[in-house]
Amino acid sequence: MFGYYLDLALRSLKRNRVLTVLMVLAIAVGIGASMTTLTVMHLLSGDPLPGRSAHLFYAQVDADPTPHGGDHREPSDKLDYRSAVDLWSAHRADRQTLIVDSQLKATAPKANMPALMLTMLATTTDFFPMFAVPFQYGGAWTAQDDAQRARVAVISADLNDKLFGGENSVGRTLRLRDSDVRIVGVLKPWRPAPQFYTVAGGRFANGDTAGYFGKPEDVFVPFQSALEINQGAFQQFNCWAAPATPGHLENAPCNWVGLWVELDSAAKTAAYRGFLDNYAQQQKALGRFNYTGTRLRDLMGWLDFNRAIPRDVKLQTWLAFAFLGICLFNTVGLLLAKFLRRAGEFGVRRALGASRRAVFAQCLTEAALIGFIGGVGGWLLSLLGLWLVRRQPTPYADLAHLDGGMFLITFVLAVVVSVLAGSLPALRASRVPPALQLKIL
Amino acid sequence: MQIKPVLVALKKHRLATLLIALEIALACAVLCNAVFMIASRLSAMQLVSGVDESSLGFIQLGGFDPKSAHDLNARVVAGLGAIPGVQAVRVINSVPFGPAAGAFGVTLDQAGKQFRGVPELYLGAPGTPEALGLKLVAGRMPGAEDYQTVLEGYLPANSNVLVTRVFAEHLWPGEDALGKTFWTGRNQFRVIGVVAQLSVQQYDEEGERGAQWTVFVPVQPGPQLAGTYLVRADPRELDRVMVDARTALAKIAPDAVVDHQQSDTLPALRTRFFQADRALTGMLVGVIVSLLGVTALGIVGLASFWVAQRRKQIGIRRAIGATRGDILRYFQTENFLIVTFGIALGMLLAFVLNALLMKFYELPHLPLYYLPLGAIALWVLGQLAVLGPALRAARVPPVVATRTA
Repeated sequence: MFGYYLDLALRSLKRNRVLTVLMVLAIAVGIGASMTTLTVMHLLSGDPLPGRSAHLFYAQVDADPTPHGGDHREPSDKLDYRSAVDLWSAHRADRQTLIVDSQLKATAPKANMPALMLTMLATTTDFFPMFAVPFQYGGAWTAQDDAQRARVAVISADLNDKLFGGENSVGRTLRLRDSDVRIVGVLKPWRPAPQFYTVAGGRFANGDTAGYFGKPEDVFVPFQSALEINQGAFQQFNCWAAPATPGHLENAPCNWVGLWVELDSAAKTAAYRGFLDNYAQQQKALGRFNYTGTRLRDLMGWLDFNRAIPRDVKLQTWLAFAFLGICLFNTVGLLLAKFLRRAGEFGVRRALGASRRAVFAQCLTEAALIGFIGGVGGWLLSLLGLWLVRRQPTPYADLAHLDGGMFLITFVLAVVVSVLAGSLPALRASRVPPALQLKIL
Repeated sequence: MQIKPVLVALKKHRLATLLIALEIALACAVLCNAVFMIASRLSAMQLVSGVDESSLGFIQLGGFDPKSAHDLNARVVAGLGAIPGVQAVRVINSVPFGPAAGAFGVTLDQAGKQFRGVPELYLGAPGTPEALGLKLVAGRMPGAEDYQTVLEGYLPANSNVLVTRVFAEHLWPGEDALGKTFWTGRNQFRVIGVVAQLSVQQYDEEGERGAQWTVFVPVQPGPQLAGTYLVRADPRELDRVMVDARTALAKIAPDAVVDHQQSDTLPALRTRFFQADRALTGMLVGVIVSLLGVTALGIVGLASFWVAQRRKQIGIRRAIGATRGDILRYFQTENFLIVTFGIALGMLLAFVLNALLMKFYELPHLPLYYLPLGAIALWVLGQLAVLGPALRAARVPPVVATRTA
């Protein structure tokens, strides 16, 4: 029966080409616009570490002694140096790592290249297994390297391509400012979206969070080694008094270090919360803290708190769906016109014994066919849309590609939308009283 | 033209009428809000920087040893100054549309009780206000003695500063700012001059900071102020000068790395700063065009259908004396009524949408005058869309009435 309806639908579509083209176009444009924005949304709102993110937590304590915020006081997005090192060295979590970003000058002695400005992540050995960072050559440094402030580094695939032409560069030397470091590992191309582990300050960003979707750092260096190598070049997240020497933050009244912990069970999470609270109480008793608020948000909770999806992207998605709504109304109107015009034909079919349901099914088949053709057009338009997004100067531009899931959703959405649009007109058509129509014929 | 028969006819097609009206309502709501967003983005892009943008360029160096800051500053100022066409080179912390480099919370008292927001500070070496082209409206420019050497931190303990007119008015509404003082932590500022305009480095129209909340602090360059330079040249030569400067820096400062992203002319930095706004504006224009297009197509489709359906009635009307104009006007009136109904709904919807946008995107209130503008646009669109089918209807010959079906 479906084959017959399909044949009828094709004939009907051919009969009034202009109307068909109008309907297909409306659906294609609506689907194209909404799939483009939905794909970008999907890419930017996804879980950067599926399966692991529920066990990763971002720890915060409140070292700032100045009164602000009132009842809605939130601890700073980063930790001061002392709290960060205290909490990290307690090793109360399954894994824990410190995070500090900075810029420095780098040269590779053997490569004939001018000096580059690179971003360096000061972190600890747990960073790599915690965040499932993939290695191309070599591996992470050891806990001993962390403790001994070893001059070692892990570099990104990009930097390895740039400096060493993509060869295995493990064991080679890189000059970071005035220090030589030995490369112990080279990463595979790694592009978490967002670059979740450095996300902070989203609530002050007024929705302009595109910067969270940049590329990971070029060089990863043991925490204390990095602090020595790039002395005086660190940026605070915030300070409650001016640092004595700008850029030297170890003893400054500033928040600038991030702490991530991995906790593999709910019991451990609860225990770690207790540990954080105890630490804050103890520091207050020592007179170092005035406030004892702490936070331990999991990865997705932390991204939510920072409203990591750029506001413009959300706005575009809303707009696109409003637009799809307009296209839907448009299609309902046109389908109604089309079906009611064929009232005579339906009258004959009904008089010859077709049930209402059969007429309804026939009409829906036609609507679905229009949806499918519109879906093909919408798919092409969303490819065009994503190409336009890739040409935008946003940090996430290179991520904008249609994956298999979204490809499928395009067609499902197109067919669902058109069947939805078709159901009302189809209902009307199936209610055509046969006798009246036959009289008119 | 009588409206009643049109209304009676529309009642027979309630569903189709309702659909088109809903489509127009939704279009009206999106149209008003999208145009409003475009207008607010465009007005944000008109930001006045208060400096001679077309004559200025900015250079940012990185990777040098802070200990060699004095030497680097001296080499760069002398080296870039020697490039033909360069009128001035000054050490400055940043420029409008340049990197964010100096947001400080300020208070009116030393105790830090009377907080007055977070302006941006410009720190510059002698001659910087003149090189920027700041326009003084009261007081005086900093003299040689005002440029102090910074011993600790970023700022001198006491400095004589310039503020913008807007920021002076924000700190001391209705009063004369000259000679007044304000604080950031333990550092005191005393106002010696008021400038017409000087915009912040990275303006965000939704932040709490005003676009002109800036303070110019005269300082001597040193370790706390190095590696960032203002270059002034004739507007016609600026592009060439900046290219030459970037090449020359390889020789002048081989120990530093030029930040090519940030080192550019101010017009180029401005263009880049507003790139996202421009992209969003472009997208909104695209949405509006396709929106109006789809709506028009819907009207054309439905009107054509109705014309075909009513061929016989039109023939009868023509046969009993209606002119072509009568038929034309009938369809135009019908369209006008449907669109008006849609617009009425759409205005309500526009406000609902605006309320949602205000809640989630901190957008301001939709000004009322957008509604009649949106209404006129949709009326015109409706009339244009229906014109084709209506003309076709007007051409139906009276003889049709005599034929069956």
